Amino acid sequence: MTRPTGTLLGLSGLVAGLFLASLLVGPAGLGLGESLRALLTGQGEAVVLVMREIRLPRALLGVLVGAVLGLSGAAMQGFLRNPLAEPGLIGVSATAALGAVLALQTGLAAAFALALPLAALAGAAVSVLLILGLAGPRGGALALILAGIAISALAGAGTSLVLNLSSNPFAVMEIVYWMMGSLADRSMLHVWLGAPFMLAGMAVMLTLGRDLDALTLGEDAAQAMGVRLGRLRWRLILGTALAVGASVAVAGAVGFVGLVVPHVLRPLVGAMPSRLLPAAALGGAAMVLAADVAVRLVAPDQDLKLGVLTALVGAPFFLHLIWQMRRVEA
Amino acid sequence: MWAFVRSFDPKLIVAAAWWAMAGPALAEGPARVVSINLCTDQLAMLLADPGQLLSVTHLASDPLSSSMVDQAQAYPVNRGQAEQVFLLRPDLVLAGSYSALGTVDLLRRLGVEVVQVPPVTSLSEVSAQIRAVGAALGQAARAEAMAQAFEADLATLAVPGPKATAAFYHPNGYTTGDGTLADEVLDLTGFSNVGADAGVTGGGILPLERLVVAGPQVIVTSTPYPGASRSEEILQHPALAAIGAAQGARTDADWVCGTPYLVRAVRRMAELRARLAAAP
Repeated sequence: MTRPTGTLLGLSGLVAGLFLASLLVGPAGLGLGESLRALLTGQGEAVVLVMREIRLPRALLGVLVGAVLGLSGAAMQGFLRNPLAEPGLIGVSATAALGAVLALQTGLAAAFALALPLAALAGAAVSVLLILGLAGPRGGALALILAGIAISALAGAGTSLVLNLSSNPFAVMEIVYWMMGSLADRSMLHVWLGAPFMLAGMAVMLTLGRDLDALTLGEDAAQAMGVRLGRLRWRLILGTALAVGASVAVAGAVGFVGLVVPHVLRPLVGAMPSRLLPAAALGGAAMVLAADVAVRLVAPDQDLKLGVLTALVGAPFFLHLIWQMRRVEA
Repeated sequence: MWAFVRSFDPKLIVAAAWWAMAGPALAEGPARVVSINLCTDQLAMLLADPGQLLSVTHLASDPLSSSMVDQAQAYPVNRGQAEQVFLLRPDLVLAGSYSALGTVDLLRRLGVEVVQVPPVTSLSEVSAQIRAVGAALGQAARAEAMAQAFEADLATLAVPGPKATAAFYHPNGYTTGDGTLADEVLDLTGFSNVGADAGVTGGGILPLERLVVAGPQVIVTSTPYPGASRSEEILQHPALAAIGAAQGARTDADWVCGTPYLVRAVRRMAELRARLAAAP
């Protein structure tokens, strides 16, 4: 067994374990055997409801959202050949949140359920286009990050403005949810709403591996090997917009997963993007599941936001990366 | 009312003299009353003489908070800011005990008499509060009659016998537990409060999982606000619908304050309890 295959197997095991933990941790304090029996056989009224309608959607969304974020981070880093690319940092999540909030507050989402993921997807697509336009495929780390900061700030301000102007007094309190993300009290409706888009987006991104491998040799070499850069770019935009848009629509913007996961896994699978993509999807799922189990253990009745934990891990990591890049550039 | 003469601002003394002339200070009560709290708005509208109450808050015209939206239209609106209230030259300001503390402080320093009314946490406090606001307004007799009618109404609505289980479930999974007015309403109308049994004192979060496991017979939700919010989405959660609790009841403006309108809320809960008892 090669090392990358071993890593993938190990990560799959980790995701399965954390998925189980996510199903078993919760304020109701159900017994282990009791809850699994209820989940699988549907026996025991209230326990079945807790397991199938409350914890199962939460765990499923944890896997999907995490996989989306890890995978899109790896794909963007591969395409831009820039270690700082990540949906949260470059403003894709923030614009997706703005799209989602607009759909909710205009009443569009109430009239037509799919409007929520579609609007978030449109928001995500706009920012990916902007980023690729502003930073360019050969853009340096600085241009990328500055463009990301500007887009994030603008989208964040737009989100706050829309929520502040809402006639609903609760909307204002949800600014932090859209910026930090949470999986609390989601239902299977959210899974059905988000999963098709997230799966489709991930399917698109997973096909990028071979082209991204070629791109590691440089654009000229890649083109000589038959990679059509224009098409690659559109597939990346489509994949990230679909996946990140839908994930933000149902879970808010969770940051740093797409930054941390590919970096941690790259030494384990080697530098080939084609190997990194599936590993990053699994790693992202593991990270979000772990964070979501942790928020329930740290503050069971408080709905601590997921993004708080991922930023606590991710931001120091980000600083470390900047430090490393500075040394390389110096 | 002359307390402010202690301050040495000559403008204030002039203002005081002006007030003394302007307000034909009645022996029985203040002539110019301003309310800057939703609950005192309603009590004052019910108890004051015509012309005695000058202004109520904007909340009194909000149908989700106030039981007296129509009556409130007759009064100029204030937003509880000291500047605005002071310019109305009140000789009594009615305020809540926790809201707008800065405003209350400032008004008192400017020499305005402020009576603060705490939020009610039990049914017995309601009649006490009606009497207290009545006394402050110089309308003690009217308040006494209102308090007695309120107590008599409550007595007719009490539901004795075995308790049914009920829970309040509001946006973000917020519930009202032990030691609240809402809890006493449940108790009076033949319900035991699942939130209180789960250990929530005052207001607090009851995780959806624990509500589902407790499986109350009745879930009392709140009237949704216009516009969308993720906080209110929990009230549409499939698990909530699936526990099969009667969800006819919603808290509304009548639940917010300790006014005689609370009787309407109590009556709706008593009727719900009767339907529950009649159902097989």
